[in-house]
Amino acid sequence: MGNSPKYLKKASLLFLLLALFLLYLWMMGGSALGAANPGGEGSSLPWWAWVLILLVMTFVMGIVAVLGGVGGGVIFVPIVSGFFPFHLDFVRCAGLLVALSGALSAGPGLLRAGMADLRLALPTALIASSASIVGALVGLALPTHIVQISLGLTILGIVVIMLLAKKSEYPVVKEIDGVARMLGIHGTYMDISTREDVEWKVHRTPIGLILFVAIGVMAGMFGLGAGWANVPVLNLLMGAPLKVSVATSKFLLSITDTSAAWIYINSGAMLPLIVVPSLIGIMLGSWVGVPILTRTKPTVIRYIVIGLLTFSGLRAFLKGLGI
Amino acid sequence: MSPLKASEAQLFYAKVLNRLTLFSFATLIVFFLIYILGIISPHVPLNQVSQLWTQSSHNYMQAAGIQPGWAWVGHLGYGDMIIYIPIALLAGVTIVCYIGVIPKFLKSQEYILVVIAVLEILVLSAAASGFLKGGGH
Repeated sequence: MGNSPKYLKKASLLFLLLALFLLYLWMMGGSALGAANPGGEGSSLPWWAWVLILLVMTFVMGIVAVLGGVGGGVIFVPIVSGFFPFHLDFVRCAGLLVALSGALSAGPGLLRAGMADLRLALPTALIASSASIVGALVGLALPTHIVQISLGLTILGIVVIMLLAKKSEYPVVKEIDGVARMLGIHGTYMDISTREDVEWKVHRTPIGLILFVAIGVMAGMFGLGAGWANVPVLNLLMGAPLKVSVATSKFLLSITDTSAAWIYINSGAMLPLIVVPSLIGIMLGSWVGVPILTRTKPTVIRYIVIGLLTFSGLRAFLKGLGI
Repeated sequence: MSPLKASEAQLFYAKVLNRLTLFSFATLIVFFLIYILGIISPHVPLNQVSQLWTQSSHNYMQAAGIQPGWAWVGHLGYGDMIIYIPIALLAGVTIVCYIGVIPKFLKSQEYILVVIAVLEILVLSAAASGFLKGGGH
């Protein structure tokens, strides 16, 4: 713990560098980015330079995502669509594949440990993955500037959720509802900190399932992972314990984002030069971020992430307006 | 020993997911190296991609002469098209896991979960089929 200030300084420096680099990309506008706006002329930088910049940036994003407790997709899409020359179609597809890869990697461990619950995930995933297909189709059909403006507003909305939403370690659920009973959505796990078995059940399942329609549509339309919305619904509304909610949410993304990703892949939005460096960068960043996380103060980092999301949300919004 | 209690179906799902995901990632990295090192020539030259990635996916496909959906299967002789294989594997892992877990639910007589799993396979298969695609703006 004695090393905390040292690591906090390093993490803060990392965020500062990321913010300065984004500012640089933004200010360079016409010359380095060349094609900051979709449909514009190509970049003056060679392709490999963009691949390298993307790799470095997504590596930093991977660290930031872990430290800030958010998914890679929610940081990736607004930053890359706002500050890189790639069209939003390719960014959304890459964003979905980034979120999908993170979920697929984490899924086995979370399922084996029993933290992600298959019975809780199955019905919610069915709703969200169906809705995400609709979201992806609508997102690809709408004019780009409309999606960009909506993305900016959604990111700013996520910032508000992050600032206001509270979490409940063990929500009180007096009685399991009929739908949850029929689907067998309940379980037991042993809390490592108290060494006690915790029985859990959920309520308000029908309302939760309806909300997963909206979550799925947004995930598909904007290419965002949906952890920011899954966790509050599972934890605060349905009453699943926080650990179960976070783990199940992560696992859920592996199903929700799969269906939306297929729509983008089949629509020609999968560009290997954008997708693969992004996946590698975010994965490497996540691996580096986990050990740093144990030595930093998450609250401080979380506020910096909120600042970063506000900045990129505003950028996405202004870009959509052509500013 | 895990402190939490996972069902047999859940453990099976985790095992299949882990193996397929690792294989997909390994294939992705190998194929990407083949692509960017030019070991196999791409359908769209690398420096041309950076001139086209500012366009919508619809315009990109038209300019690059690429067909949507599963047409890439017919062009696997190109370096950029082989990347679709690991990407399709990554996006197909969940479908395989769902198919694998159905017998476990049948064994435990959890028929409602069987129905949900079958419906999910249908949804994901519809998404993967190539019949649903967007763009054109």
